[in-house]
Parts: sequence; structure tokens; C-alpha cells
Amino acid sequence: MARVPALCLHDCRIFSFSPHPQTKEDKPMTKKLLGLALLAACATTVQAADLKDLKIAIDPTYEPFTYKTADGKPTGFDVDIAEAICAEMKRKCVFVEQVWDSMIPGLQARKYDMIVSSMSMTDERRKVVDFSDRYYKTPSAIVVKKGTAYDAPASLKGKKIGVLKGSTQEKWAMGELKPAGVTVVPYEAQDQVYLDINAGRLDGTVADKVEVHGGFLRKPEGKDYGYVGHDQYETKYYGDGIGIPVRKGQKELLGQINAAIKTIRSNGTYDQIAKKYFDFDPYGN
Amino acid sequence: MSSYYYSILQGALLTVAVSLASLFVSTILGLLGATAKLSGRRPLVWLATLYTTVVRGIPELVLMLLVFYGAAIGINNLFEAMGSDYVLDLNPFIAGVATLGFIYGAYMTETFRGAILSIPKGQMEAAWAFGMGPVRTFLRITLPQMVRYALPGYTNNWLVLIKATALVSLISLHDMTYMAKQASAATREPFIFLMFAAALYLVFTSISLNVLKRINARYSLGTEKVQL
Amino acid sequence: MSWEIVFETEQLLAYWHGLLTTLSLLLSSLGIGAVLAVACALALTNGPWIVQKLVGSFTYFVRGTPLLIQVYLIYYGLAQLEWIQSRWDDVWPWTHFKEPFFCALLAFALNTGGYTAEMLAGAIRETDPGEVEAARAMGMGRWQIMARIVLPSAIRRTLPPYSNEVVMMLHSTSLASTVPALTDVTAVASQIYSDYYLPFEAYLAAAAIYLCVTFTLIGFFRLLEKRYLAYLAPRRN
Repeated sequence: MARVPALCLHDCRIFSFSPHPQTKEDKPMTKKLLGLALLAACATTVQAADLKDLKIAIDPTYEPFTYKTADGKPTGFDVDIAEAICAEMKRKCVFVEQVWDSMIPGLQARKYDMIVSSMSMTDERRKVVDFSDRYYKTPSAIVVKKGTAYDAPASLKGKKIGVLKGSTQEKWAMGELKPAGVTVVPYEAQDQVYLDINAGRLDGTVADKVEVHGGFLRKPEGKDYGYVGHDQYETKYYGDGIGIPVRKGQKELLGQINAAIKTIRSNGTYDQIAKKYFDFDPYGN
Repeated sequence: MSSYYYSILQGALLTVAVSLASLFVSTILGLLGATAKLSGRRPLVWLATLYTTVVRGIPELVLMLLVFYGAAIGINNLFEAMGSDYVLDLNPFIAGVATLGFIYGAYMTETFRGAILSIPKGQMEAAWAFGMGPVRTFLRITLPQMVRYALPGYTNNWLVLIKATALVSLISLHDMTYMAKQASAATREPFIFLMFAAALYLVFTSISLNVLKRINARYSLGTEKVQL
Repeated sequence: MSWEIVFETEQLLAYWHGLLTTLSLLLSSLGIGAVLAVACALALTNGPWIVQKLVGSFTYFVRGTPLLIQVYLIYYGLAQLEWIQSRWDDVWPWTHFKEPFFCALLAFALNTGGYTAEMLAGAIRETDPGEVEAARAMGMGRWQIMARIVLPSAIRRTLPPYSNEVVMMLHSTSLASTVPALTDVTAVASQIYSDYYLPFEAYLAAAAIYLCVTFTLIGFFRLLEKRYLAYLAPRRN
């Protein structure tokens, strides 16, 4: 089975193939067919912005905030909050899965209308999207093997730390750990970081404390690992909490989302959802 | 655990759907490209040559990412600039099929072009002598004979296409590879799920080879085979 | 479309490093793959029945499954096996499996080895029987015939499809971007895309780089064909 020829390397003679002028009947026929085909193709894809369905992007590799059960259903804190917000706005939630580092570009490309996937509200991101009010705030921390001595980033010199590509934790690690001599390796998804920690390729990670607890520490493979260092709240890297981004200029949608967040905070829905996953209030102060 | 296998099998159905749809699109683009290249009209030839050269010189992954992320933004900006309110909703299936069809259309163009050039010119000359127009000649004389010459290259392209559909997992389409990756990351057992997906690909390849061998036999009826 | 960001020194330097990684990956995997291919092709055409079946199933697996799955299998799949995990901290060959570059290299080398082996085996089978008879008549032994007569002409015959294989391998190195920590050209483009939200510019620049390298490779192979397949060229006088 020879590979497909990449480019013609031998005699690329192009035979002139038109024997005599086209008869009049053929031209308009092919033009009509082409026009019909184009129209059919457009009709199937172009649609006016549907007012009923709300497309929400999630990265389902972030237990317990967004993850999938074995039968493929998206679930988690973010997913439930999104469902509650949709219920308040009286629209149907449609979840779209997206790789983390192309979340915002996907939003700009109108693949979805908002992102409810634990996205931190940083100044850098505010330049390209508009954020809603905060819906939770939890710190991040370094996680390495229990018993590793740590008093400053330099203690981890020479070790390999995995982070999620495009995340605020990656920015923190690049800004604080990399100059101290730590090797920072960006991964496509957080659960692939855990795969490699499990395999022994990584010595640890920098992640959201609640996420790493739910996705790694409480599982059998994470029993030898623990937090080191302080809880990371630096606004320089982490902004001021987790919010819901929408495209710039969508004031009406943003207003609806903020109103919905206020409502579920005050009528107890938020606490109900939080109790399902945590034993503390993730809203923060 | 078994539900992960089931999800991979569902992904397999999607893989087959994407492959067949891309094959259809690429065959049509290939026929268009080959006829454009052989038409002798300079702008058409130039356009088709540009298409095949550029598309076959860029990795499929880069082209797929370019089309999926870049084209969507570009087209939507165009719509906005024209003042329209429409949102071109490229669902990943259509994006994946369009990209793969576009890429393999270039390879099919070369296959079909080589096949058409292999048909003895006397066949077409006889058709013109009978007064058949270009379209009729193409549909009744050229196309059926071209199939036999194109089959080895077509088989090749199809086998490469099946495996290239694994790339659509990188634009978040839930095909076999995507489901296998998710299952392996969630259960921390990549080996078994990836081997399962690999075995399914082998099954598809074997079935395809079998089917195409029979089609080849059918289309080679009446031709002399070389005796070694 | 803001091209200024892509042309900043920082980005151009990143693309340059990416290009170096891609080229080193390409050349090393082609080198190892070629050696593997010659060995496998010889096994496929001359070996005992059981070796033929083994090598045949290896090429069947490599040519029947996508390269992406092969890369994942070697990088993530092998890492899961207890046997390898317990050895890869100190036992020599297995320490390399920790490095992403080695894993990607192994996957690409096995892939190109499998494809090239089949091509070469096909070319060996197409050798003119007369040449082999003449060599036998001259009194050459089996391996002498292989080394002096069959292989040189088979390698020459493989040159055109091998050039396609090399270009395909260049395109396949873009899959190295799926292995974490490997920064080839595609990975650099993805990084620029997620940092600056410029998909079009980043990927077009990557595409242009690949196009240039492809043309260089094809030009190189045309020169090789002019020299080694000169007897197939059309008459010039």
C-alpha cells in the first residue's frame, strides 16, 4: 500500500483536453446545478440566532466542576449552576465541549454564547470578553508528593510540574516557578496531568485546590500527594474570582446572567447545588 | 467500565459517518479538480494546480485547525461587515467533513487526473466523432473507464482518509479517538481503551480492503491480467 | 488581521525553535525508520515463515491504525504499564520512555519503518529474475546477491514512493504537538493562537513554513531521482 503521491515528481504534462466549443445547452445547465448545490449547502448551515437555545461551552476534564459520568452526561458544579441560570432565564441549555486553550477563541468564533467552565476573570481576559459577576472563588495551590520540603519556589528546583495550557495556574507557574528553576510542562487537559503524575513523568501540579482534591487527591492514585505552599489568591495572575464570559458588547445577555446569579444566590438554589459537591461555601469573599 | 466501551463504539459510528461523508465530498471535489486541470483553460488549470499544490503541502492537522478556528471567525466577520445578523453555525461534524473533504479532494484530483490520462485517447475521439458533447462524453465514456484505473489510488486515499478521521478528535468531535482519550483520562487506564480503538480501526481497514478488492474485480472484468 | 504580532522577534524565534524541533524529529525518525525498514523488508522477503508472519502483523498494525493513536499508545499507554513504571527510573533503555521527545520519535520511527518496509519489500519482489539468475551463475552467495544486486536496484525503485513517504512524515510530525511539552511548529502556532487569539495568522504562518520545507524536500528528491533514476528519464537528444 503505497502512500498517496504528494506532488507530481515526474513529467507533469497537462494534456489540453477541450476538443470543440461547448454547445449552448450545456452551459446554463451546469450553472443552474452549481447554484442549487450552493443554495442547499448554505441553507443547512446558516440560521438566524436562535432565541430559545443557549449554547454553553464546558471543558469536561475538570472534576468536580465539569466532568462527565461514564455514560457521557456532563455533570458537576459548573454544569448545575449553568442549568440553574438557564432555568432562571427560561432558555434551554445546550452544552458544547471545548478544549480549554481554545475556549475564548471559540467564543469569539460564535461557536457558543457563553462559557461556564471555571474561567477566572483576569484583566488580560477582560480585554477580549465581558465577564458576568463572580459565581465562585477558590484558591489554587501546588500539589506534590507528601513530605517534600517546601519553603519557597526554589525548593522545587529541577522538578517537573504539570499545568493546564491556557489557565491562570499556568501563568502563575510560569511567573513564579519557572524563574526558580522548576520545569513547567503545559498539558491540554487537567486530567492528562493526573495521568502523567500517576505514571511518574511529573512530580506535581499547580491547580485549583478544590479541583485537585475532587479530581486527584481523594482518588486512590492521589493518596501520596498533598498541598504545599500558601493558598494562591494573587490577583495579578488569578484575577478576582470565577465568572461567566460572553462576547464583547452583549449587554442584554450579561444583564440577564447577572440577574440570574443574584436570584439563585438569594433563593437558596446556589447553596443546594454547592452542598451536592462541597462541604463549604465556594462563593468566597 | 463497560459503558466506556459502549461510548467508544458510538464514537466508531461517528467515525464511519465522517469517513463516508468526507469520501463523498472529496470524490466530488476530486472530479471537479481533475476536469479543471485537464480542461486546458488557463485560469481553471492555474486554480486547480494552486489548490492541489497548497493543500498537499500543508499538514492535515494545520489545515484542519485553520479551517475550524480561522474560517469560522473569518466568515462571521464577513457577515458582520455586510451588516447581516446571521451566525454561521459550523457544527463540528460539518467542519470536520468539510475540512477532510477539502484536503482529500486535492489527493483525489491527482488520482483521477492520472486515471483519466491513462484512458486510451481513441475512446474519447470516437465519442466526439459520434457527436457527443463534452458532458455526455465525460459521463458515459470517460467516467466508467476511469474507475478501473483510479481504483488502486482511490483505495489508498480511502485508507488514509479513515485514519485521518482520527484528527477530528482534535477539534472536539466525539469520534472514536476522542472517546478513547476521554475514557482513558477519566479511568487512568489508557492502554486498554486505546488498544480497543486501534482494533476497531483495523477492523474498518480490513473490511474496506475486502470491499474494494471485490469492486476492483468487478471493474476489471474483461481485461487481460499480466501472467508472471 | 494583525500580522504585526506574529512577526515580532519573540514569535519568530519561537517558530524557529519549533522548526528545529520538527526537522530533528523528522530526520531522526526517518533515519531510524530506514534502518528498521531495510531489516523488516529483508525479513519479509527472505526470512523463515514465522518471522514473515510476525513482521507482517507489525506492518499490518502500523499501517492500519492512525498515527495519532500510535503516539498516544506509546506516550500514555506504555506509561500505564506497571512493568515499565517500575523500571524507568534507573534501568537504561526504559528511562527514555519518560521523555516526550523519545516517545514521539519512537512512534514516528515505527510508523515510517512499517510503511517503508512494505514499499521496499514490494520493490524487492519486483526484481527482474534474470538479474538474480545471472548473479547466481556468477557464483554469488545468497547474501551477496542481496547486498550487491537486489537491494541497490530495489532502493532505486523505491525512490519515487519514498519521496511521498518523506513528505507525509513531515506532515505527520505536526501530530507531535499533541504530546505535551513538545514544541514543534504546530505547537508553537497553537500557543500563539491561545495567547493572542489570532488563529488565522498563527496557523497561516505555520502552513507557510511547512510549505517551504515541503518544496525543499521535493526539490531534493528530484535531484536524487535525476542522478539515481537517470535511466528512466525521457530522451533529451
